[in-house]
Amino acid sequence: MQNLLSYLNEFLLFRNFVEVIGGLDNTLLLLLISLPIGFVLSLIFALGRVSQNKFISKPIASYIFVIRGTPLLVQIYLIYFGLGSIEFIRESFLWYLLREPFWCGVLALTINTVAYGSEIFRGGIQSVTRGQIESGLSLGFNKIDLLRKIIFPIALRKVLPSYGNELILMVKATSLVSLTTYMEMTGIARKIMAKTFAPVEAFIAAGILYLFLNFLMVQFVKYLEWKYNPHLRVEQN
Amino acid sequence: MFKFDKLVFGDLGWGDELLFATLMTITVSILSMGLGLCLAIITVWAKLITNRITRLIASFYTTVVRGVPELLVIYLIFFGGNSVIMGVAKLFGYNGYIELNALTIGTIAIAFISATYSSEVIRAAYLAVNKGQVEAAKALGLSKIQIFLRVMGPQIIRHALPGIGNVWQITLKDTSLISVTGLVEIMRQTRIASNVEHSPLTFLITAAFLYLFLTTFSGKFFKVLEINYSKGYS
Repeated sequence: MQNLLSYLNEFLLFRNFVEVIGGLDNTLLLLLISLPIGFVLSLIFALGRVSQNKFISKPIASYIFVIRGTPLLVQIYLIYFGLGSIEFIRESFLWYLLREPFWCGVLALTINTVAYGSEIFRGGIQSVTRGQIESGLSLGFNKIDLLRKIIFPIALRKVLPSYGNELILMVKATSLVSLTTYMEMTGIARKIMAKTFAPVEAFIAAGILYLFLNFLMVQFVKYLEWKYNPHLRVEQN
Repeated sequence: MFKFDKLVFGDLGWGDELLFATLMTITVSILSMGLGLCLAIITVWAKLITNRITRLIASFYTTVVRGVPELLVIYLIFFGGNSVIMGVAKLFGYNGYIELNALTIGTIAIAFISATYSSEVIRAAYLAVNKGQVEAAKALGLSKIQIFLRVMGPQIIRHALPGIGNVWQITLKDTSLISVTGLVEIMRQTRIASNVEHSPLTFLITAAFLYLFLTTFSGKFFKVLEINYSKGYS
């Protein structure tokens, strides 16, 4: 074993690989905080988007329009460099969070995924047919039960593939946080490149890890689809 | 905090610099979208012909590039591209130093990314066209080229346009990433200006508006194209 490790250490790619894995926790931390918050907020925003009340649906629609029309990089920079230049924020308690590139990254990723996610969920919610809602109402469901037992299960099942795409885009989006000096996998790969002058090995090591992360994400979404669509399962006998 | 007076044109402000940067963003987007579409057509062709090796290469390419962050692809091509090109040049007996400019590298990198998305769109559009029509065209005695130009092509375009519009929006937004290569497009110019003027908020909000303007108007343009190409179906 010792021999094998020292043999592998001869290879630059392997050494880079080990070093890049050190940034995996930072990448995962970004995802583990921004994805669940983003998921819950997306659902709430999607409901607001389909609301009859114009004072709720219009602001949400314009929020989605602005976020989807601008690159994530602009949003990250706006939060990291922009918010920090406001006197009022620098003096408030928010500064304890926003001076860290990590929390800026979390905030930007959450804002971004909520815009895309709520648009996806809106499609799902609107695909629930009128008849299903009416039958729920005639069974005496109140609004919350109707959402919890009929609309959300049907809508979420339908949008799982497209939400899975969004999750993969989010995994890839975490790499942009490295541009705010946050040391996740891409940041470390960049540092390795500056140290060894071997760009290809450094970025391929990081690329393999991202591919692996996305592979896991795809498997997770596939599992969810399998679990929540029992009627679509192909019987194997 | 805000220095919107610094957005004027001329020597006193950054208006003209930002305008040129916007033109650069548009140029890079159009070039890489075009190159990406060419690459995508090759990829689709490689996936659809009955050759296992080309199919394997094509799916390897699309899977890898779509599974890896765009920034990483750009870094790889920007920092690693030169050595690859010099290696190729060495094979042909040229030992000098070659350096591609940021525009070329950026365009190639974005094209590589955008081609993976376009290829899925074009493949789906190709498969959406009814195969009976090809048979009908054959029965009428049309040549292969005629079938492609007169029967398949127009219908593929019609099916692909909405998806291509989405890819265009993604490509346009991805060009902001090639600011890391030093190419002066909107994002790079914004960083330069905000560093000089010590007012990031002013210029970042301007950049956001510029991108919003570009995405909205190109979206409208694609809507018009879609209506135009679906005339026969309305």
